[in-house]
Parts: sequence; structure tokens; C-alpha cells
Amino acid sequence: MIKFDNVTKIYADSTVAIRDISFEVAEGTTTVLVGPSGCGKTTTMKLVNRLEDPTEGAVYYDGTNTQEIGVTELRRDIGYVIQEIGLFNHMTVGENVATVPKLKGWDDGQIDDRVDKLLELMALSPEEYRDQYPRELSGGQRQRVGVARALAADPDVLLMDEPFGALDPITRADLQDEFLEIQAEINTTILFVTHSIDEALKMGDKIVIFDVGELVQYDTPRNILENPNSEFVRDFVGEDITLKKLSLINVDEIMRPTNVIEDTTDQDSKTAVTNGGEVMHHLAPGDSLKSALSTFVESDIQSLPVVEDEETIGVIDRDEIYEIYNGG
Amino acid sequence: MSELYTLVEGGQYLIENFDEFLTLLREHIILVLVSELAAITVAVPLGVIAVRYNRLKSSILSVGNVAQTIPTLAVIALAFPIFGLGFNSAVIALFVYALLPILTNTIAGLEQVDENTIEAAEGMGMTKWEVLRKIQLPMALPVIFAGIRTSVVITVGTAYLAFFIGGGGLGVWVISGINLFNTPQILAGAIPGALLAITLDSVFAFIEHQIGGEGHHDQSIATG
Ligand SMILES: Nc1ncnc2c1ncn2[C@@H]1O[C@H](COP(=O)(O)OP(=O)(O)O)[C@@H](O)[C@H]1O
Ligand SMILES: [Mg+2]
Repeated sequence: MIKFDNVTKIYADSTVAIRDISFEVAEGTTTVLVGPSGCGKTTTMKLVNRLEDPTEGAVYYDGTNTQEIGVTELRRDIGYVIQEIGLFNHMTVGENVATVPKLKGWDDGQIDDRVDKLLELMALSPEEYRDQYPRELSGGQRQRVGVARALAADPDVLLMDEPFGALDPITRADLQDEFLEIQAEINTTILFVTHSIDEALKMGDKIVIFDVGELVQYDTPRNILENPNSEFVRDFVGEDITLKKLSLINVDEIMRPTNVIEDTTDQDSKTAVTNGGEVMHHLAPGDSLKSALSTFVESDIQSLPVVEDEETIGVIDRDEIYEIYNGG
Repeated sequence: MSELYTLVEGGQYLIENFDEFLTLLREHIILVLVSELAAITVAVPLGVIAVRYNRLKSSILSVGNVAQTIPTLAVIALAFPIFGLGFNSAVIALFVYALLPILTNTIAGLEQVDENTIEAAEGMGMTKWEVLRKIQLPMALPVIFAGIRTSVVITVGTAYLAFFIGGGGLGVWVISGINLFNTPQILAGAIPGALLAITLDSVFAFIEHQIGGEGHHDQSIATG
């Protein structure tokens, strides 16, 4: 969907922002650009929607060189969440979200429906937030509006430049989780920028690691953890590689499914969850192995049930996690 | 006590010559109105051009500044050989004076718009013109409006000098009053002008608050 072909960007003051970069973002996937501050991440992003043009090489959008696509048309098809959010403070939340649909000339009814739908998607009740001004919102809420605005015209591609960077860790983790769910639903092609390797590992199908202006490794999260190709990547990934790897794998990927009979009166599955009114230890299919490991340590039990909608759907043994842990 | 007496005399003068007063007041207001409208029409686009084409900014600003430093009487003296005695010359002179506050505030207002906001707008596919119309101008509006307010208050004062080139207005009473040592006449011309300036200032302050602080305003209500 997006392809960088030996792209070099040198600014007018002869700063070399990126040099000879090549990578691709496949349709419907999330690719995360990660690297230290000033390494050229924002520049790379701006090369996609032509806020900047390459000095050498070419950027392709859906197979066409972006230089051959009209700037306005290109930008209206690409959702863009900038690092500083950049909400329009003189407009209400609803008007902010409606910006691109209005530019594209949708009719009013259609725009109103879309605005409400997106606010709901971003967990902002339309009745409450539609007519508020950005100043009245918290940082997390503003960021949600920024994402809703970028998604408003149903873009084929979404660019997100450190969208959760300015948030406190808890709000950030919440938004990351929510966004992963939203991404599964909308299936947009996403280019995501962050300086946090943890966020990159969590959000990305593919990760592009930048050193100053240079692409160092372009790989899946798992490969980056298992086969870092340089000292730089090893340092960047940092400590706790095994734990990071466990956080990439979900419980439902390794559990042994139990044959659940479609029977709502099945008492066995209920007793797995509650025992004399007390909630017993159990796992959810979407939990990472990292959090599963911590549940094992807390409970000191050999195997735990995996529960979804109060039904036991599988079992996982502590040793299986240890095997992955020790297996490198 | 004698001051108070003079004030009463001024009031008497005004009442006795009320028809003439209304004519002069109307002339005064029309002078202010016409020259302000002309100044807004010229200064706002000029400010936009100055911000848009940064190279022109210093020249545009220095023209504005120079205009401001020429004494009003000199402008009037310059205007009347060209435009003759009367209303037109007076309006031209007032217009020159009204320009600068609007121009500087238009430039300041447009420049203070957050660069990231503009970048977000461009990134969403707004053309330069759309960014100006939908983002920069609305966001700069309170500041531009403050410039217009300053300009109007100044012009109400400057308009007294229109008398010198036969432009009419309340200056007729004040300046001929000075020549004739007629203090009641001076007061009858000066005080309504001051009241006019204060009234316009308050009206503009009110409007400025309405357009400026929507976000702030709601918030202050919300947080009590
Ligand atoms: N408009 C510009 N003109 C000149 N240099 C720039 C410009 N924008 C960014 N740079 C420089 O290019 C490099 C990369 O910047 P950027 O892409 O913003 O990095 P990142 O987003 O990774 O922090 C930095 O050295 C930065 O100072
Ligand atoms: Mg950046």
C-alpha cells in the first residue's frame, strides 16, 4: 500500500533527515517506525502525504509514485494524526471530526452520522462531547478526538505520529489496547511512529528501527527480539527480552482448547470461575503470556483455566510458558 | 464650584443648540465609520499578504509605521491639496491613522496561530486558501477585532481635527470654542465625544468577548 524506494530526504538547510530508506507497509497491516528523537521518523511520515517531497528515490502509494498524485487528493485519502494533535480550538469536537468529510463534500446528514459513529468508536459519547470545545477536554480525550478526526473520511491509510506520546502511562496503555481493537475492526493500513520500543512491539505487525537517518532493521516484532541484527538494535530493545517476547504471545495461541459443549447449564465451567463466591485465578484468551506468567506466580498453581464469557474454553500449563521462556 | 458651573453651562449650551449637536455628532460618527470601514478593508487583506509573503512583511509594516508617525495635521495638510476641503480629505486622513492598529493586530493574530494546527490542516488536505479562511482567520479573529477596537477609539479622538479641513464633526464646537474662549461650547463638544469613545469601546469589548472566548468561556462556566 505504501512503499519507500531508496528514499533520501535532505532539508533546505542541508540536514540529512533520512538516507536511502526502503520498506513497505502492506495493506491492512500496521508498521511501526521506532527510533530515538531526531532520527527522521516524522520526516518519513510527511513524505507519505507529501508535506515533504523526497530529495532522492520515490514513495509509492497504492502502486503510484506520490509525485504523480495531486497533493490535495492524496492528503484527503490519508488520515493523519500529528505528534502535537493539532486540534482546531475554535471548532467544536464535532466540527473537528467533520473536517475532511466536509472538504470532500459529503452531505450534512451523512457527516452527522459519521461524526457520532466515530465519537462512539473512540469511546466519547456523542451527546456529551459533540458540542464541546477542545480546551475543555483532557489530554487523553483530545487524543481520541485527533484519532477520530483522522479516521473520519474512512481513509485507506492512517499515519499516526507518536499519537500517545504525551499521555500518562495508564491512559496510554488504555488507548493502545482500544486502538488495537479498533484496528482489528476497521482494518486500515497504518504507519505508526513512536520512540518507545515497547509500544512498537505492542502495536506493530512489522517494525522499522531507525538510527539517526538510517534504517537498521525492518522485521516482525518477534524476529527483532529473537534476532536483533546489530548492537544498536540489541541496546534499543533493552533488558527483559524474554518477558517482552512473552508479551507478544497471547494465551489463546498456546492453550489447549477444552471441548466446550454448547450448554448454558454446564456447571463445570462456572465452578472454574467462582468457588464459594470467590473469584478463582483464571486467564482470558486475549491475555499476554507475560500477564499469564504473573498470574501463575501469584496463584502458585500448575495449570489455569482460560475463561471467556464465563465459560472455560481452554487450559494452559505453567510449564508450557517456562518452555517458551527458556527456549530463547 | 466654578468647574461644576461650567459643566452645567456646557449642558445648557448643548440643549440650546441640540439640533446643531445632532448634526455634528452624526457627521462625527459617519467620519469614524467610513474611515474605519476603509481601514478594515485595506488593513486585513494587507496583513494577510504580509503573513503569506514574508518578504513583503517588513515593507508593509514600515509603511504602516511611517503613516502613524506623521502628525495628524500634516496628513490633513497633505490630503487637502489633493482631495480638496471637506469630508473626503478628512476621511483619507483618518483612514491613514486607523490602519496601523488593525494591520499590526492582523499580522500578530495570524502569526500566533499554532504552526502544528496549520500543519494538521494542511495534512488533512486543505488548500492554502482553505487553511487561511477556515483556520487562520477564525483563530486570529479576536486579535484582529481588538485591533479594530483600538483603531475606532483612536479615530473618535482624531476625528475632532477634521474641522481644520471642513470635514465637520464635533471638532467644530471644540476648536471654534477654543478660538473664542467659549468653555461651555468646548465641553459640549468634547464630553459627548469621550462618551462616544467609551461606549464604542465597551460595545466592542463585549463583541470581542463573544467571538474570542467560546472555548474559555464555556470552560469557566463548567468549572464554576
Ligand atoms: N523543516 C526542517 N528543516 C530542517 N531540518 C529539519 C526540518 N524538519 C526536521 N528537521 C531535522 O531533520 C531531522 C529529523 O527530524 P524528524 O523527522 O522530526 O525526527 P523525529 O520525528 O524522529 O524526531 C532532525 O535533525 C531535525 O532537526
Ligand atoms: Mg517526530
